[in-house]
Amino acid sequence: MEASKNTMVVKVIGPPYASCSRRVLACLIEKEVEFEIIPIDILKGEQKSPEFLKLQPFGVVPVIQDGDYTLYESRAIMRYYSEKYKSQGTDLLGKTLEEKGLVEQWLETEGQNYHPPIYNLILHLLFHPKLGFPVDDKIVKESEEKLEKVLDIYEERLSKSKYLAGEFFSLADLSHLPFTHYLVHDIGRAYLIRNRKHVSAWWDDITSRESWKKVLQL
Amino acid sequence: MNLTLFKGGEPLVKRTIFFFLLSICFSPVIYKLLPDPIHTSSMALKLYGIPMSTCTARVLACTYEKNIEVQLVPVTLAAGEHKQPSFLAKNPFGVIPVLEDGDLTLFESRAITAYLSKKYKEQGEDLLRLKGGNLKEEAMVGLWLEVESQQYSPAITPILYEHFFAPRRGKIPNQKVIEDGLVKFEKVLDVYESRLSQSKYLAGDFYSLADLHHLSFTLYLMRSPWASLISSRPHVNAWWECISSRPASQKVIQGMTPAEK
Repeated sequence: MEASKNTMVVKVIGPPYASCSRRVLACLIEKEVEFEIIPIDILKGEQKSPEFLKLQPFGVVPVIQDGDYTLYESRAIMRYYSEKYKSQGTDLLGKTLEEKGLVEQWLETEGQNYHPPIYNLILHLLFHPKLGFPVDDKIVKESEEKLEKVLDIYEERLSKSKYLAGEFFSLADLSHLPFTHYLVHDIGRAYLIRNRKHVSAWWDDITSRESWKKVLQL
Repeated sequence: MNLTLFKGGEPLVKRTIFFFLLSICFSPVIYKLLPDPIHTSSMALKLYGIPMSTCTARVLACTYEKNIEVQLVPVTLAAGEHKQPSFLAKNPFGVIPVLEDGDLTLFESRAITAYLSKKYKEQGEDLLRLKGGNLKEEAMVGLWLEVESQQYSPAITPILYEHFFAPRRGKIPNQKVIEDGLVKFEKVLDVYESRLSQSKYLAGDFYSLADLHHLSFTLYLMRSPWASLISSRPHVNAWWECISSRPASQKVIQGMTPAEK
């Protein structure tokens, strides 16, 4: 990793195509925070180097460095910058305590209920073939079934509410972008989204945001 | 009341005087009826769940640390109450706990503890480091909350499930899942050992929600054949002794201990 000469911007360490990095990048763009990407080669295992492990002891991306401040876990990074820059850019946390509670509820739902099955699908159907690892059909089948049940709940929720936490785009919606992008575009599972009218409309809405379009071009 | 004040006065003046006098007469009653901003509003809190449940226990630990009164509404899991339409209307994922605070219904234990820690930030333990206005401390709590959520719990739950819960469902514990789980979990614990050698608690030298979230699953681990994973790591062990001996934690542990017959 080369040291960056520019100490004024947030350094996001990790490749721009990594899903968890994309979460952070989309958030920083929404909050109008300047950043610099320090790419590392995760296919070569650079995230397991002793140098990287000093920054992120679990050996996964992304990590941010903001001056001499280091933070990891993409959702923690998003919460930090959403709070730090709450008076600029998009309000991603909600205004009242109740709105904030609902944002947390759906961000936790993403982390606990949505992420595990979708991660398994992408791991087995996208990454394992590329890396020469076997695809476990049983895991794929179980994960798809679990994800369908979660999406049924989302369909019901989004029939009553434009976004997950209410009538405003928030971290809860944003957090779904990166892995769902792979689901829709790279593993032939777009029907999971498109077969659900309200989920489909929500997906079109959140992916049309300028921040997401910019992230995909990085 | 002196009704002569009303004769010949403007209607607005009359109404003003009337209500002024009324308020004086009834002020002791009105005072008692006014909601106490902390006590009465917290009395309206309902938590659907049971003390034995790890996720309900997580929320209860937060309420004990912050002296928040909640009404615990038991949910009969054995009878499938959590899968009935009336419960699914509260949490469509059909799991406990659920918090009701007036018009607000919240599920996901970690969202509930975050909400309560923010709403009642002025009382009890400052679990999210909100009172000092130190955003970086708050962010460190946020980081270790995510580590618990994304690293610790996903590693520990398959082991605990196979050992404690699979037999209750008539299944034989899957040894491969346990063995693979232990390998993964030990790597996570090694990171914790390193972290806790530099810092008394996970987010810094202060107890926080990040430590609290580990209580209920780690308690199960300490009751399993693999308690030595904790006790063999001196800093993790010291941390566990410290967080589990807190009065609030002891109360949670009591609630998670079946009554002796």
